[in-house]
Amino acid sequence: MSKPVYGLGGRYAKWLISAPPLLYLLLFFAIPALIMVFAAFRFPGDYGGLVPLVDVNPDTGARELLLTAENWRDFLTFENFGRFFEDSIYLELFLKSFWYAGLTTLICLVLAYPLSWLIARSGKKTRDLLVLLVILPFWSNFLIRVYAWMIILGPQSYFSRVLNGFLGIFGIEPVSLLFSQFAVIIGLVYVHLPFMVLPLYANLEKHDMSLLDAAQDLGANAWQRFWKVTWPLSLPGVWAGVALVFIPALGMFAIPDLLGGTNSMMIGNLIKQQFLDSRDWPFGSVLSIMLTLSVLLLAAVAAWAGSRHKKKD
Amino acid sequence: MALLEIRDVVKRFGDFTAVNHVSLAVEAGEFFTLLGPSGCGKTTLLRMLAGFEQPDSGEIVLDGQNVASVPPEKRPVHTVFQNYALFPHMTVAQNIAFPLKMAGAATDEINRRVAELLEDVRLQDFAKRYPHELSGGQRQRVAIARALVNRPKLLLLDEPLSALDAKLREQMQIELITLQKEVGITFVYVTHDQGEALALSHRIAVMNQGQVEQLDAPEQIYSYPKSRFVADFIGQCNLLDASVTEVGAERMTLEISGVGACHTLPVAGAQPGQKGCLALRPEKIKLGASLPADDSDEVHFKGRVHDCLYLGDVTIYIVELDNGMLVETMLPNSAPGRAKFFDDNDLVELAWRFDAGHFILA
Repeated sequence: MSKPVYGLGGRYAKWLISAPPLLYLLLFFAIPALIMVFAAFRFPGDYGGLVPLVDVNPDTGARELLLTAENWRDFLTFENFGRFFEDSIYLELFLKSFWYAGLTTLICLVLAYPLSWLIARSGKKTRDLLVLLVILPFWSNFLIRVYAWMIILGPQSYFSRVLNGFLGIFGIEPVSLLFSQFAVIIGLVYVHLPFMVLPLYANLEKHDMSLLDAAQDLGANAWQRFWKVTWPLSLPGVWAGVALVFIPALGMFAIPDLLGGTNSMMIGNLIKQQFLDSRDWPFGSVLSIMLTLSVLLLAAVAAWAGSRHKKKD
Repeated sequence: MALLEIRDVVKRFGDFTAVNHVSLAVEAGEFFTLLGPSGCGKTTLLRMLAGFEQPDSGEIVLDGQNVASVPPEKRPVHTVFQNYALFPHMTVAQNIAFPLKMAGAATDEINRRVAELLEDVRLQDFAKRYPHELSGGQRQRVAIARALVNRPKLLLLDEPLSALDAKLREQMQIELITLQKEVGITFVYVTHDQGEALALSHRIAVMNQGQVEQLDAPEQIYSYPKSRFVADFIGQCNLLDASVTEVGAERMTLEISGVGACHTLPVAGAQPGQKGCLALRPEKIKLGASLPADDSDEVHFKGRVHDCLYLGDVTIYIVELDNGMLVETMLPNSAPGRAKFFDDNDLVELAWRFDAGHFILA
């Protein structure tokens, strides 16, 4: 058989096709990430930014590098990392953010699984409609949807008034829903739910229904059919959904900003604060790096646990 | 008492009656086949035996107990599915162990039984493989082992060989017969392949339009079809339209329309004047350039070879009789030194004995 002929000449075609996204990622992801890593070892500038490494020589007007082999200690430091570990407040904030993101992921999974299953088992037309409904919120702006939650959870909303009226019957003090951890979780779940539903649906939709018939035929009750067949086969979809929800939720800052109170700050808020309010770029970079590292560490642990589980069987 | 009794079972889907008042009994240890074209109700009947469908009326009695409303997971009945339905995330051994685990068997027992079954289906070396690493025939054997492992009273097989190629199918047929003898479990087998049904079964129920047309041993079904449908569906058959002219104790005379008179064995209830057809298998017809007319039990017709189909071991000759009627005959290519006997347009003579055919009343 002769090799198929591609218009662009097989060998170069793949480079030609992948060059634009590669270039894009190099320019706007890889290089900025490296700049940020470098920034984590520098000193903050007097008015924000960083202590410059390059200056204009007043005599010659030429730009020259200030950093030399002798004076590098004036420009580079581990102090920023030291600061992260000195005060337990940062670690606690990390833990709290992981807790928020983890809880959000869990709630999304519990809500999305039956929903995705239902969508996957509906008729073709209903299925398309339901998928459309799941992604419908994306048609409006993210911030507007979060503002809507501020109104829904606000003290003047019907929801709050009915709830507090109901609590009042039992003599319970009125509760404030907005600006609380509760509101942050609600917001996080609301925003991320579609990212759990879609990969789960994509997975469950492909399941071979005859496997469930076979399991039932061979003596499995409904509970066993789920845990022995559907659940293990849906794990790729579950992991995809978990990653798509957990990672963005961990770095979220808009929702805690708008819906959270003084005690519901997340890492994202702290990073934003360092870059925009305190104008301490090096420490902001350190926090960003620690966030990335901790997510990678978590993924590595999950992969290790997964492979160990497989070997055990 | 029979192991399985189906009593007057009816199943409708909307306006469509899939199974229409079917009654039959399957004996313990039997290899029983439900045979019929697609849409004849055989699969619906099988699904009712497995428990996936409930009959609208009638009883399904298994070992003395009416199981019509017992859910599939509670029936001592397992199914080998058409696409095998092996669990892709489990190894061969885990697949086979599945029914035992569901039944809550002890680990020792599970290991012992799985090893036994792996040996039965000759897959000892494949215990740790996953289904996607197996060939079609191996998957088939895993599916059978999994369905047999906790000794069901009844094993249902839903066209299990249809996904295999012809050669492998034949090999698996032999394996199935051997395995069924070994384990002694009653098999109810569903197929639309009449050759498979004839080769495998102790008894066959030929189904058509939701009803059992004939229930008999394979050789009875083949030699003495009770209806035009059965004669036509099972194997090749000449169906010659005829009417009864005379009924005797040992012979019955027919007038084959446009050809002439011939004798046949009398059938119950036949009366002169009744119409029907003579079912005549191609291999029961003699064919020659000229045949000696010394046997009064035979009837002779002249014709011309219209077409021949050379199949290697045999050649099928389509012979056109003088009145234009086409009759299919078959000759083994057994003549030494010759590839076949006749060519197109050769003049030939046909003959068959009075007991070669079987008259079917319309």
